[in-house]
Amino acid sequence: MLKAEIRPGAYYDSVILMQLQRALAALPGVQEAGVVMGTAANKELLAQSDLFAPEVATVAADDLIIVVRTENADQASTALAQVNGLLTRRRNEAADDEYRPKTLASATQMQPDAHWVLISVPGRYAAGVAKEALRLGKHVFLYSDNVSLEEEVAIKQAAAAKGLLVMGPDCGTAIVNGVGLGFANRVRRGSIGVVGASGTGLQQVTARIHQLGGGITHAFGTGGRDLSETVGAITARQALDLLSRDPATKVIVLISKPPAPRVAEELLRLARATGKPVIVDFIGYKPAESQQDNLYFAHTLDATAALAVEIAAFEASTKAIESPSMPFTTSQRYLRGLFSGGTLAYEAMLILQEYLPAVYSNAPFDKRFKLAKATVSQGHTIVDLGEDEFTVGRLHPMLDHELRIKRLHQEAADPETAIILLDVVLGDGAHPDPASELAPAIADALASAEQAGRQLKIVAVVVGTDEDPQGFDHQVEQLQAVGAQIEFNNETAVRAVGQQLLQLNRPTDFVSIDLAILQEPLVALNVGLESFTASLIAQNTPVLQVDWRPPAGGNERLASILARMKRQSTLPSP
Amino acid sequence: MIDIDQANTEATTRMMEARPVLTSLGLARDVIPGMRENLILHAGPPITWDRMSGPLKGAIIGALIFEGKAQDATAAEALATSGEIDFEPCHHHNAVGPMAGVTSASMAVYIIENQTHGNRAFSNLNEGYGKVLRYGAYSQDVQDRLHWMHNVMAPVLKAAIEANGGIDIRALLAEALHMGDEGHNRNKAGSILYTKILAPHIARGAPNGNIAGDIIKGLGDNALSVLNPVMAACKAMSDAAHGIEGSTIVTTMARNGTDFGIRVSGLDDRWFTGPSQVPDGLYFPSYSLADANRDIGDSTITETAGIGGFAMAAAPAIVTFVSGKPRDAITATMEMYEITFTEHKTFTIPALDFRGTPTGIDIRSVVETGITPRINTGIAHKNAGVGQIGAGLVRPPMEIFEEALVTFAERYGFE
Repeated sequence: MLKAEIRPGAYYDSVILMQLQRALAALPGVQEAGVVMGTAANKELLAQSDLFAPEVATVAADDLIIVVRTENADQASTALAQVNGLLTRRRNEAADDEYRPKTLASATQMQPDAHWVLISVPGRYAAGVAKEALRLGKHVFLYSDNVSLEEEVAIKQAAAAKGLLVMGPDCGTAIVNGVGLGFANRVRRGSIGVVGASGTGLQQVTARIHQLGGGITHAFGTGGRDLSETVGAITARQALDLLSRDPATKVIVLISKPPAPRVAEELLRLARATGKPVIVDFIGYKPAESQQDNLYFAHTLDATAALAVEIAAFEASTKAIESPSMPFTTSQRYLRGLFSGGTLAYEAMLILQEYLPAVYSNAPFDKRFKLAKATVSQGHTIVDLGEDEFTVGRLHPMLDHELRIKRLHQEAADPETAIILLDVVLGDGAHPDPASELAPAIADALASAEQAGRQLKIVAVVVGTDEDPQGFDHQVEQLQAVGAQIEFNNETAVRAVGQQLLQLNRPTDFVSIDLAILQEPLVALNVGLESFTASLIAQNTPVLQVDWRPPAGGNERLASILARMKRQSTLPSP
Repeated sequence: MIDIDQANTEATTRMMEARPVLTSLGLARDVIPGMRENLILHAGPPITWDRMSGPLKGAIIGALIFEGKAQDATAAEALATSGEIDFEPCHHHNAVGPMAGVTSASMAVYIIENQTHGNRAFSNLNEGYGKVLRYGAYSQDVQDRLHWMHNVMAPVLKAAIEANGGIDIRALLAEALHMGDEGHNRNKAGSILYTKILAPHIARGAPNGNIAGDIIKGLGDNALSVLNPVMAACKAMSDAAHGIEGSTIVTTMARNGTDFGIRVSGLDDRWFTGPSQVPDGLYFPSYSLADANRDIGDSTITETAGIGGFAMAAAPAIVTFVSGKPRDAITATMEMYEITFTEHKTFTIPALDFRGTPTGIDIRSVVETGITPRINTGIAHKNAGVGQIGAGLVRPPMEIFEEALVTFAERYGFE
């Protein structure tokens, strides 16, 4: 005997439904009970359990289905008659507690210190709740899945513009200020910060770090689609930026399944910009080298954890090297490389790819970055002055410095120039004493910039040996005497410059998140699964459960009007 | 595109900054705008005679007799149906009245002046308990009482109010909320404060000590004597918030015993109406739900202005009306914060750490949360003339808020 009761538009969270289902199944004569919302997936589930009563077929997603299978009709009626009693019993228990707010807005009034909102409502409502949380200026832990990609992008862009973080959708785990959100292990506090696009990956690494004696500052989940090209790693980039500024975080771990290549490039650039050791595990991705600058590549979760703990221990035992403060004005953001050697220019561009999204040149390897005019720099620029366009009717720049010196003055006069990179190639056949011409020009360039209120940095890569006819030391001394910084190999020079440029060119497509949220104790509002509230209470964390219901009782037309009215009204008035 | 939040801020600020002062009394025909001899004002949204409930019909019969236009009920009913008499909502004339709200040309009314914005509001006088016109009673003793009020009490009251230099009702209400009133169903403290203020002037100004004694006793015994000035004060405050372009704040809630109607600040004078409900509550002995009329009266203007059911947390003594526990009083007010735009600057609740009362019902929040305003109300017998049979809780129908929201969306381009 199968008997069903349909309650149109009745929403309960799934935990309540499961409790009711269990209570019904325990009643005498009931063989099996099913209590679910009428989604297609749930109906399928009922069919599989032989609970698909005929009336279930036409039920809508917002309707509550209660089905019992019994030996006879009386038992079925008796069981269904108890539903209200079972539901009320639970409500009365809850009623003894504090008042439960019905909306995020009133929860915010009741708990103004809460800066985090946990959301685990059904997917089709999740984006709406997340937008409301952002409207109220809250960071979001979005556990719900089934949020569309377009909604994810919209939510994350809105968050980025307000300096707010959205972990998720489909984010299962995070640790903020020692408090686990969603599913999280109890781990020691420490100096390792984690950004993870993979829930269990993040749990494995944090748990392993704990086992190995290390500890966690914060661990941010991003949701599985964050590192796709469409989303563009908005959350991962915000989280990296946040951890880079967090003084307690000494080492950063970045875990994800292999991201889209362009996103990976961007993330690695940002990881370099943190200036802290970053252990990267793009699971399954094998980079050419295991370490570069401050980046360490690991291939497994365990190796990632082990490396993180090892480096954290090392960092703790050594005094942090103060990165030299940079003297630039706010307009000075760009590199100008004036090369006489074509291969050196080419290699510089290749390496800078790891630091900068775009480097322009008269001879670029990607034609998108071709200079509009070879004689005028734009953004970061590397010019190869040995190219034919410059050498028509004159000697090669390794012999004739006139053109390079002219360009040096031109770049020094540009208020956007921060760093000028030069090569000085010695050896037989080259200019007999290049520094005798370049050094005075460098001195002039630095002086004229200083007169205009700017300090320039000029780096010279000297290519040569102590047996070269120009006298290696003599060349270096002349250049150092006027204030140029000298390097002896191209890669080292370019990477050092790249690191500094990263600092000068922080991403501007999101507003920095206020560091205070990592320092003040976590206080949360929870919308959805009550078990998340229980878990926070168990961690002695203040949390307010929102007694959420679908907006406008699930009426889509009214809900969409409300959404528009909310959105419009947040625009600044004309 | 209109900025709703900004419009609502303006509307609620005006509502809270309005300073309603009871300045005097006057005859309806002299002071209420648009009042005329053949016009009878009633509570709630517009309604025709054939759709009126028992208590409203009874009160109209009583008013026609009081005006001397009919000798008895039969004649009054004939006159009422003849087409010679017009029926219009009090709300269309800057007035409000409890229960039937019936007000005719010769009746004395309170005059409230909003000293911040200059608008005025009016309300009839409270008759006390038992068989009274506002519950549809029209018998001879009702008539005698009305005549005494208008011939004997009103002139003394008028002189006393004026001698006091008016009474700031907003200040009186703020104090009463700290003395266990919520301003709608419980006005015990407010009525005593009101009586206390007027008593010396009545004693000095009445023709003799007996009359002074009768009036002071009448005011003091009636725990609702201040209800009518309070309602007019709430009307003056709500009217100040009405007509703000782009505002979703409710500025009128009223029932005529058949329909429940609301008006919205940014939607002109349009009523959105649906069936009025029968209140859920406690009944006086020998009465039950079967005897109850659908909810009636303009007194929901109190909830509209942020007191009454919305300030339930201030009045734990009356939670028994809804068979609740003191905690339920807190919960009731907490729930109303969900659907209101702001918190009152003047009306505060001690039990909530002096938090302002929930103020400015926002139709957006009502529709979004599915929570309708909570109204404390008296329950009228469905037959004319029986009177009050209980008190309890009622809520307006959800669909009138949904209809208002859709209308707003169409009007302001949010569709």
